This record gives sequence, structure tokens and C-alpha cells, in this order.
Amino acid sequence: MNTAAPISTGCTQTPLLRERGQHEVFCGLTSIIWLHRMMPDSFFLVVGSRTCAHLLQSAAGVMIFAEPRFGTAILEETDLAGMADAQQEIDREVDRLLSRRADIRRLFLVGSCPSEVIKLDLAKAAERLNARYAPKIRVLNFTGSGIETTFTQGEDSCLAAMVAAMPNSDAAQLVVAGGLPDVVQDQMLDLLSKIGVSNVRLLPNRSSDQEFGIGPNTQVAFVQPFLGETHDILVRRGAQPIRAPFPLGEQGTTAWLHAVAARFGISADHVDAVTQSARLRAQKAIAQASEPLRGKRVFLMPDSQLEVPLARFLSRECGMELVEVGTPYLHRDLVGQDLAEIQNGPTLSEGQDVEKQLDRVRAAQPDLTVCGLGLANPLEAEGLATKWAIELVFSPIHFYEQAGDLAGLFARPLRRRSLLGVAAE
Amino acid sequence: MKLSVWTYEGPPHVGAMRVATAMTGLHYVLHAPQGDTYADLLFTMIERRNHRPPVTYTTFQARDLGSDTAKLFRDACQAAYDRFQPQAMIVGASCTAELIQDDPGGLGEALGLPVPVIPLELPSYQRKENFGADETFLQIVRCLAKPTERTKRVSCNLIGATALGFRHRDDITEITALLNDMGVEVNVTAPFGATPSDITRLGAAHFNVLMYPETGESACRWMERNLGQPYTRIIPIGVGATREFVNEVAALAGCAPSLDTDRLRLPWYSASVDSTYLTGKRVFLFGDGTHVAAATRIAREEMGFEVVGIGCFNREMARPIRALAKEICVEALITDDYLKVEARISDLAPELILGTQMERHIGKRLGIPCAVISAPVHVQDFPARYSPQMGIEGANVIFDTWVHPLVMGLEEHLLHMFREDPEFNDAAGPSHHAHGAKQVAEIADSTGAHIIWLDDAERELRKVPFFVRGKARRNTEAFAEARGESEISVETLYEAKAHYAR
Repeated sequence: MNTAAPISTGCTQTPLLRERGQHEVFCGLTSIIWLHRMMPDSFFLVVGSRTCAHLLQSAAGVMIFAEPRFGTAILEETDLAGMADAQQEIDREVDRLLSRRADIRRLFLVGSCPSEVIKLDLAKAAERLNARYAPKIRVLNFTGSGIETTFTQGEDSCLAAMVAAMPNSDAAQLVVAGGLPDVVQDQMLDLLSKIGVSNVRLLPNRSSDQEFGIGPNTQVAFVQPFLGETHDILVRRGAQPIRAPFPLGEQGTTAWLHAVAARFGISADHVDAVTQSARLRAQKAIAQASEPLRGKRVFLMPDSQLEVPLARFLSRECGMELVEVGTPYLHRDLVGQDLAEIQNGPTLSEGQDVEKQLDRVRAAQPDLTVCGLGLANPLEAEGLATKWAIELVFSPIHFYEQAGDLAGLFARPLRRRSLLGVAAE
Repeated sequence: MKLSVWTYEGPPHVGAMRVATAMTGLHYVLHAPQGDTYADLLFTMIERRNHRPPVTYTTFQARDLGSDTAKLFRDACQAAYDRFQPQAMIVGASCTAELIQDDPGGLGEALGLPVPVIPLELPSYQRKENFGADETFLQIVRCLAKPTERTKRVSCNLIGATALGFRHRDDITEITALLNDMGVEVNVTAPFGATPSDITRLGAAHFNVLMYPETGESACRWMERNLGQPYTRIIPIGVGATREFVNEVAALAGCAPSLDTDRLRLPWYSASVDSTYLTGKRVFLFGDGTHVAAATRIAREEMGFEVVGIGCFNREMARPIRALAKEICVEALITDDYLKVEARISDLAPELILGTQMERHIGKRLGIPCAVISAPVHVQDFPARYSPQMGIEGANVIFDTWVHPLVMGLEEHLLHMFREDPEFNDAAGPSHHAHGAKQVAEIADSTGAHIIWLDDAERELRKVPFFVRGKARRNTEAFAEARGESEISVETLYEAKAHYAR
């Protein structure tokens, strides 16, 4: 039945399995852990509970000891009793914070489940604080609460808030949306300049000095798939999105560059000419690193929304067979091109009922399960090889030079299994 | 509101998870939003458990809030029972669910499940993790434990060990063996490794051993009142405390005290001449109240250190820690703000810190050696090897752990002898530590900006051993300032030294 579907539409017509139930995922607050590193002049102040603070320190691990630019204003009993005080309390904590940290230029007030449930108006607080601290410090707000956002959606929510605050501009420019590690960002800028795209803006920008506007002459290329809300607000403000697979792997990167080049009237031949050596290098690295992956069956549990592009990379470039591709949220405008590249066959699931999904994992007995840290060791103990998914968000994985490393991340658990001579008990 | 970057304790429902995860046959249904499952990874990663914690989360979302989150809870509860068939369940709310007021206890009871459903009231905006564990275990015991005929042979329960407890696994082994040597059997160890049906047998024991007051005291008090079981007050960490614990157990069990000291090495190691250099080492202790109190005694009586400060992060133990501090004439620091701990350490400039993983990082930053004596801890403090803190082997483990980060005796001597030598200079630090004493310069940094060190005095100060130099600098400056002097000469330096001489 599947073979009847034309290859060209891939998985785009596959019916989506939608599930409700226990989600074994992080909330959006977790995004702060990488966002604060990408915006060194910013501070992220979560307004939440002790649970939020505990989550951040558990997820951030040792990073917490390096004077991070994030913290939690922990709500106390008194804050819950008298709602009028909450705004004053925020002002007091922010004043104290800003007097201690003179280097802060952007302050994000981040909403959490408790602050959303008691309807604490952070937008109002941001507006008031902006009036007080402008122009030296810009105060924005977004939500990272678990009731509204899953893991990487926190970045989406943050970038959408930044876009909303941008001025209008008619400048012809390319905006690249999605946070990347410095080293990868530099490689990307270098590739774009080699193919002849100039006036490139980055969202998020490293510093508040690099502010830019948005308008009808803005072209937007996405490097992260989880930016649904950011995509929508950019489109509302007149920006033109470029539809492309995500720059993961050699094929993904090449297709992404071709799509950007096409928008700017640059020929594909030119792109191929300037990227030839990088492409060959990436192909060779992938071929080497993905050797243990060929013909193996992989099950991706929902985590970051990177699952669809990763599934495309694993099936097309590493020769893996997809059992199920789970994602917390499927945004077809963004991952449509990747879906089209995946041969029909795997179950596509959105949302999660973790117990039922684990039943499917056990029934399928995949060679590799991509999942969160709460599930990885328990599955390993059941004899299933796992790749913990968070690493895929923290590690440099985009564009040509990281393609081999990306395959390597998936191959390592399988290589390790074959090396260990003593079975775990 | 209170700005916090790092917390010593999680929220109280994490304490409840520590009890649920420690036990088997018990399931916890937690009314909580998406994201609260992060706590699972504390157990699967830090403690390296090979099973998921027995916790079901309702995962309510924003769109559920207007409608029926109570139904969501009932469904999750029923599904968890159907799937896991536990002997008993505990139900409760996380911080967000506490705000939406669905009453998990009432809802759970209304389901009419064929097993006990125990409601938990954990005030998330007032209390913390340790309270959560203590209260959860109390409620489980209250609900399930019944007066029972005592065992024929004298027996006791081990109370208080949980999941994510610092060395709880090995402490249980050590204390079980110690009790067996005295002819006392262990009836039930709980919550660690116990099932709900084990909890119903608690009453069969003759007395209770309270291993960790933070997580077991309420239950022990309840059992004392309702099951007539006395409980031990002495925590057997350290040689002296272990001996007293043995006497206490003997009195409760009605047997002769006996302790097999064949493998006990701490007293001889501590008496041997290589340990002479430990005498009067200035130590600062911080952690949970129980471990700090035990460690203070070991540091003073068994290692010969000078304790210059103690403190704890759990205010439940504030009173005993304050009393102990008064007894040994130091100031107690009761705080859960690590910046205050850092300020105190930097102020006291100790030669060794005994604390939690946070103090380890503070120590690293200040260039002061540190050993870990209390939760919260990283994955490396859930070791594969046998490493109790309690009893005979615990004392041996403690000796090694505390001495290891210090500069070894001979090494310290060489550092004095060859101060200017490229291999043995100050910056070299302990030979087994990669990070050097480069950071030492930081604590040696002057505090009073308006006081000038004359060249001679500065040179003389460099001759003071690096691990007390910061203290010497600060004392001298304070001394000069008090006398209204703005310059420090060699003379001032030695005046100050005489002034502060102990």
C-alpha cells in the first residue's frame, strides 16, 4: 500500500498519530540554558517556583557554576496571597539584579506555569521596566511554561517576542532564524558570503547593538525547525520565508543553500562550484561515521522538533530504517521539505502518551531509540540501545563540517555496545 | 519573591519522589504540568537507576485549564493503577497544581481503587525537598503501619534511607552488618527497598534505628507514640558516634554492646606520624544538619582539625546546628543562599572545606581543597565501589576522602623548604590536582583598596605559606585599618601576626 505513494511527496501525506497523555519532555524554560550563551549581553529572569529553579539547575548541570546569566525569582507564599504586590516584587528584584550586573543590555522576563496560572502580567511588568531603564536596557517577556511550551519551543517563544519588538524596515536582507553555536554560525556566514549572499542578519543577534528591522524585503531562512511562532510573526510582518530542508547532513545543507541561492537569483551551479570541496568532505565523513548505522532500525521519541529533519538525515544519508518519528509538534510550513524527503513508511506521531509509546518501542525492538534522559537508562537496562536526545540540541550539528559528527553521535552508542565485553546486569 | 540561581533542595514533591522511587510496589500520581518530568532524570542519571521512577504525571496543558483538569487527574490515576497494579498509591500536586486546587486526595479516594490511596499535602511555596520526603514517608507509615506482635528475636527497623540519598545504599549495608554482629535483626528497611506490605510489618520490630533525621524523624516519632517503638538518637557516623550508637542499641535491645573493630583503621591512620601535619588544619563545614553535626565531631576529635565554621541549608536542623556551633565557639550559618556560604568561606579562608557539590565549586573558585560530606551531590558521589559514611568502614572512607584533597605531609614540608624552586613553588599546589593554586591569588587579593603594602612587607607576605596567605593579608589589613594606618610595613605585618596569634 505504501509503495503506491509517489516518492516525491514522501511522508507529507502520511496520517499523523496524535496522542494525549503523559509527556516525558522538558518545558520551554530549558531553552534558556543555550539561549543565554548565544546572547552574552542578556539576562533571563524566570518568574516561577522552586521547581523551575531546580529544573534549570538540573538541566544546566555544571554550567550553573559559571556565573550564568539566568536566575529564578521564586514565588513565595506572600506573593500568592496578595497579587497587587507581585509587580512591586518584580521591580525590586530587577532593580537589585541590574544594580549588580552592569553588563546587562537585554532583560527577558520569562513566564512559568505558576506565573501563568496566577495570571501574573509579565507584559505589563516588561513595559513598566522598559520605561524605567530605556534606552540602556531593553526589557522583553515571553513564556517558557510547561503548560504552553515544550523544550525548544522556549527559544521560539523568545525569538517571537524579539521579532515583535523590532522596528519596520524596507532593507533587502536575509534573516537567518534559529540559534547556533558560534563556530557553526561563522561557518554558515562564510558559506553564504561565498555563494554571494550579503546583508545577512542573525536571529537571535549576539548583541543588542546589532538590532535590525523587518519588512517586505526581508527574506527568512530557518536553521531550526522549532520556530513555528517566530515563523508566523515574521510572515505577518511581511517577511518572505524560504522553504527548504534543514541544514543537517551534506544533503540537507546543500538543499538549504540551493533554496537560499535561488531566492537571491544565484545559480545552483555556482553554489555547487563553491561548496564542492566541503560537500565531498562531508560525504566522506558521513560515510565513515555512519558505517554502524546502515540498515539499522531507529525509533525517535518526541523531544525537540528536530526529529523530522534528523529522521531525514538518518534515513537518506546514513541508511537507517525509520520505525517511528515522534515530535512534540509538527509544523508543516517548516518541516514540510524534510517530510517530502522521507520515504513513506514510518509512523509519524505528534504529542505523546509515554506509556503507549514505550509499548510500541518494546514491540518494535529498534536497534536505536532516540529519547530523553529520563528514559535512556531504563531502556538500556531493558537491552535497547539509546541515543539521548538533548545532546542534539547542545552540540554543533548543522552544516557541512558537522555532518560527520552528527552521524557519529548516533553511531557511538552502537559502537560502544559492540565494544563492551561484559553484559550489564 | 527571591532571586535564586542555585538551590540546595528541590521542591517538596521531589522529596515525595525520593520516597516513591526508593520503594517498590508503590506508585505516585503527581498532578503536574508538562516539564515536571525533568525530575525523573535525577534518578535515572545521577543515581543511575535502571528503572523509571514509579511516577505518573498528569501533564496538564494551558488548554486544559479552562475545562476539567480534575478529570485528567482521575484518568491518569486509574490508568496508572491499571498498568502498574501497585500495592498502594500516593497522590499529590506539584507547585502549579497546588494553585489550581483540584484536591488529588479527594479525587483519588473517590475512584474507589482496591488499594490504599494516600493523599499528600506538600506546601510547595513554603517547604522543600527534605520536608517532602519526611512528610511523605510519615503519611505512608500512618496509613499502613499497624500494631503487630513483636518478632521473637530482637529486631529493629532502619528508617530514613531514600532514593538520591548521599551514600544511603552502603550505609544500610554497613549498619545492617553492625546490628547483625550484635544479634539484632533488621525487620524492615524503609523507605529504601521496602514495599507497602513491608510497611504494614513495621510494628513487629522492637525499636527503630533513625538513620537520617531529615527524612525519617516524623515517622519515627509517630511509631514511638502509636506502636510503642523507641528510636535511636545517635547517628553512627565517625568512630566515637558509632561506639555510642552501639551502646544505645545495646540498651534498647537488652544485649551487650559489641563492635568488631578488626577493619577499623581511622584511629591508627590518624595517630600515625604522617598525620601530624593535619593538626589544627582550619576546616569549614556545610551541608545538611545531620552530616555537618557528625562531621564536626570527627573533624575535631578524630582528625585533630580546627573547625572554624559550620552551617546547614535545611532550616529544620537549625536549632541543633546553632547549639553545636555555640558549644564549639563558632558562628553558625543557616542559609540556603550559596552566595552567603561563599562569602563566609572567603571570609574565614579555611584550609579545607567539607560540604556539598556547591561548596566543591566554591572551593575550586577560591583555590581551597574540598571534600563532599552531604547531598546535594553530582553523579560521581553515587560511586560504583562500596563507600558508606556510617560505621567502621564509613570511618575509613571518611579518613581517605577528607585527607585526599589536602597537600600531603611530606609534600607540604617540601613546599616550605623549596618555596622558590620551580617544581615546589606555591603555584604547583597538590601534585594530584590538575587545577593549580593560580586561583589562590584570588583569595590572597587585598580587600581594603586604600591600604598600601610597602615592598618589603609584600615580599615578606609571599613567604607566608600560600594556603594561609589570604587570611594573613586580610588580618593585617584589618589590623592596620583599626589602628588608622594606611601603609603596611614588615613591622605592621608582625604586629598583626602577634595580635592574632592563637
